[in-house]
Amino acid sequence: MSPATPRPTTAAAAPAGASPAAPAALGVEGLTVGYAGAPVMADLTLEVPAGQIVALLGANGAGKTTLLRTVSGLLTPRSGRVVLDGEDLSAVSVEDRVRRGLAQVPEGRSVVAELSVEENLHLGALWKIPARRARRDAVEAMYDAFEPLSRRRRSLGHQLSGGERQMLSLARALIAEPRVLLLDEPSLGLAPRVVAQLLDTLRDTARRTGLTVLLAEQNVTSALSVADRGVVLGLGEIVADAPAADIAADPALRHAYLGF
Amino acid sequence: MDRIAFLLATGLARGLVIALFALSLVIIWRAARIVNFAQAAMAVVAVFVAFAVTALTDSFWLGLVAALVAGAVVGYAVERWLIRLVPARTPLPGMIVAIGLVMVLQAGIGIAFGPQHRPMAAPFSEQPFTVGGVPVLSPYDLFVLLVALGVVGGLALLFNGTTLGLQMRASAMAPEVSRLLGVRVPRMVTLGWMLSAAVASLAVLLLVPTELGLNAHSGDVLFVHAFTVAVLGGLDSPVGALVGGIVVGVLISLVTGFLGAGLAPIAVLALLTLVLLVRPGGIFAVKEARTA
Repeated sequence: MSPATPRPTTAAAAPAGASPAAPAALGVEGLTVGYAGAPVMADLTLEVPAGQIVALLGANGAGKTTLLRTVSGLLTPRSGRVVLDGEDLSAVSVEDRVRRGLAQVPEGRSVVAELSVEENLHLGALWKIPARRARRDAVEAMYDAFEPLSRRRRSLGHQLSGGERQMLSLARALIAEPRVLLLDEPSLGLAPRVVAQLLDTLRDTARRTGLTVLLAEQNVTSALSVADRGVVLGLGEIVADAPAADIAADPALRHAYLGF
Repeated sequence: MDRIAFLLATGLARGLVIALFALSLVIIWRAARIVNFAQAAMAVVAVFVAFAVTALTDSFWLGLVAALVAGAVVGYAVERWLIRLVPARTPLPGMIVAIGLVMVLQAGIGIAFGPQHRPMAAPFSEQPFTVGGVPVLSPYDLFVLLVALGVVGGLALLFNGTTLGLQMRASAMAPEVSRLLGVRVPRMVTLGWMLSAAVASLAVLLLVPTELGLNAHSGDVLFVHAFTVAVLGGLDSPVGALVGGIVVGVLISLVTGFLGAGLAPIAVLALLTLVLLVRPGGIFAVKEARTA
């Protein structure tokens, strides 16, 4: 018996802890992206309100990573635009998007394997904090926030465990105090306890600093546990956009698009 | 015994020049993940500029500065207007274009300046000092040694002690991640080419006074030895380039001295084969302790 296809929903109520009138920190408008002639998403529009964590959900191939890579500028859309705090980023390079406060932690624990933990952290802060002493203070602050990293300062990236690498990737993105963070599959291959710890740290940081987060995840339960809102992608289209609790409670939606 | 001491000393001096050139190959590998087969031809172009400056000013030192500047300019031009246009998904297209560039540059130099060797005078005597009656290094050898050690130290400081070096290393190892951290990767790659070509030009400039002179092929044998050294030491390892250069320099000197110059290239290739059989990544290649 096939499940009934759920109707797309939209945010009807303000998520807990977020203002319903919060302006969009990040927006994508009419985005069409494809690889070698095959469209991955067509005319996709999405808003991520300031200060919220939005979980971007969907099965493999739904277009989550493509969307994140387009927002950060690694992929060029065929049409449509990405808007950060009202500014059209179409003509802005990846490096300059970072300088405008857009950070991305790509899939696969993206530490630079040949650099030490300390060097990875300095690298993340360089553009924002050129002064060595101030940067050292910022690195120390990250060691306080991600305590296990402080014991591995001199370890090279490839010597870390999966959890430590993911922690380092997150710390390295946060050290430059971005306004919007794109996080791609942070739970991939990690133990549930490590995932919970990482997402808790993410939620605490977002609440404390007003960070806006677009969190692409296949681990739906974990993602919705920290998100204000959930957006479900199905083959490049938004099939649901609602408060996280509503998505978690919608069995038809979960069954049809999220696989549980 | 005297003969061994002499051969070891001259091998050390030659080895440091090889190490310097190998270091330039390591720099470009680390910056752009390309084995630049055009390195010697590019360096010879810069040394021709140095030769002209020295001839005009009668100053070796101005020529040395000119070699460094011209090397950097050639590196910039080749990266910016040639290599950047080559698809970079695999290293092969870049290598093939570099080999093509060798042919163009060497033919161009040959057409412009002819095939003859143009002697360059060393700024210091090439007569060896004698220690206890044994001839050892010459003042020029000592100069080469100090320059090579200075360059190696300076590069180590640049790569490990400065933020520019950190960005250059990161750009080479993980270009996409580096861009996502705000590093201007294309700029770092260009800088890597400039630095590498300047160091290679310096190595060729230091070598030419001890050889027949300058012509389009002055860097060819040096490139072959330095390439061997870079592979021996591991293309990622500056320390490997330094140690490998000295080992190969001494090996060439000893084999040439005791068995004849004709066997020196065979000895170098035998050493390369042995190292690759025992440690394919090179002696100083980083061993990955954990991959998951």
